[in-house]
Order: sequence, then C-alpha cells, then structure tokens
Amino acid sequence: MHRDRVSYTLDSTLETVNNAEETASRLASEAGFDDEEVMKISMAVREAAVNAVLHGNAYDPNKKVTLAFERTANDLVITVRDQGKGLDTSRIPDPLAAENLMKSSGRGIFLIRSFMDVVEIHPSQSGTEFKMIKHVRGSADSKEASQ
Amino acid sequence: MTMKSSTRQVDGVTIVDLSGRITLGEGSVILRDTVRDLLSKGHKKILLNLGDVTYIDSSGIGELVSAYTTCKNQSGELKLLNLTKKVHDLLQITKLYTVFDVKDDEATAVKAFTK
Repeated sequence: MHRDRVSYTLDSTLETVNNAEETASRLASEAGFDDEEVMKISMAVREAAVNAVLHGNAYDPNKKVTLAFERTANDLVITVRDQGKGLDTSRIPDPLAAENLMKSSGRGIFLIRSFMDVVEIHPSQSGTEFKMIKHVRGSADSKEASQ
Repeated sequence: MTMKSSTRQVDGVTIVDLSGRITLGEGSVILRDTVRDLLSKGHKKILLNLGDVTYIDSSGIGELVSAYTTCKNQSGELKLLNLTKKVHDLLQITKLYTVFDVKDDEATAVKAFTK
C-alpha cells in the first residue's frame, strides 16, 4: 500500500500559519487534487493552524504546533496539534445562526468542516488535535461514500 | 503577496481598490484601518473593490463583516464590487452573500448608493 508521512514542529507564530497553508497546498497538489480542492485543503489547514496558534497556544513561544500529512491509498490525512488547554467543543458556535451571522469571528472550524470530507476534533488537557481527511477522487472509499 | 489598498472618489462614493490577500494579520489590519480612516474623515459611502483579492480567510471574512457593521452603525453604506469566484463561494457558504450588497459593475454600484 502506498503510504507517505511527513510532520513538522512549528512555533506559535503567524509565520507558521502561512507555512502550514503553503505546505498543504504543495502536498495536496502533489497528491493529485485539482486546483479547487487544493484551495479547500490549504484553507482548512490554514484555519486549523490559526486555531492552534491563536486559541490553542495563544502565541506562547514555549508551545509548539505539530503539523502532519499522511498520504494513504485513498486519503490525504492531515493533523494539526497544539499544546493548549484543550478546546471545549461544546462552545463551538454555529456561524450560520441568526445571532452569530454578523459576528466578526467564529467561522474557522465551520470552514474546515465545509472543506474536508472528515473532521475529528480531539481535545485533551495537553492540547487539541484536528484530524482532517480528504478522500482522493476515484479511490474505493470515495466511490463508496458517494453511493 | 500582502494586501494593498488605494482609494479614489467617484460621484461622492469612495472606491477602495484592494489587491492581494485579506488574511489574519496585515491584510485584515489594512482593511480595518482603511475603513475606519475613511469613516473618521466623513466618507460614509464605501465601495470595496475585491476584484484583485486573491485569497481571503475566516479572519478576512470577519473583517468584511466588521467593516459593514461599523459603517452601518455610523449611518454609512458599504457595498462590495467584483467578487472573485473564491470570495463569492466563501460568502455563499457562510450565508453572508445576501447580507452584503454585492455588485459586479462599478458604474451600477456607484449609482446604487443613496443620494
């Protein structure tokens, strides 16, 4: 089975956010996704990195962001992990709700969920991990999922 | 590419030509400062030309919402011009497309402001 994995440990900075986006864009292109899918994947990774840097690690220079990409036979699997206090998933707002529509924040996780096929959020006391999966078009899993 | 902003006046409307990326950090700050500066100088009819905006993230979307509400709260008007497909799609999925007054022709957009 074709399987490649690469991971990066990054500082809690805005530069990390940009690097994560650029790396996601490059690896998604190499994985064969078209331009629109590459944009969606890179934006999802950017938003997850923003969440890790700002809300998870709160720009703490002693805390790192771990970014990993794994190409399996059927998927591109991306994880973004921070070292924060752990996201309270019960407090993730619905940005489409009338009371939230005109708020200036709170859309990042919504966009991640919109752009990726599978999104799992794993909070713990030592940080939060976003696991994001995009099915490679034409794979067995994708065909089954679309039926 | 960072964001660039320039302004021009057409029939009492301030057109803000934006180019580059409206993202967390510099891009969002430039947009915020530009709109606030215009409002503080009494320019309350603002048309944001997004035709050369190549990328926008959730922070940038939030900044557009903030610009709209800040303008509205000061009895001003803010409209959007020339959305790229990327920005159009983002405003659609976030249900903001119908909140903003979006135009695709500058002359029509300028005429649409209250006289």
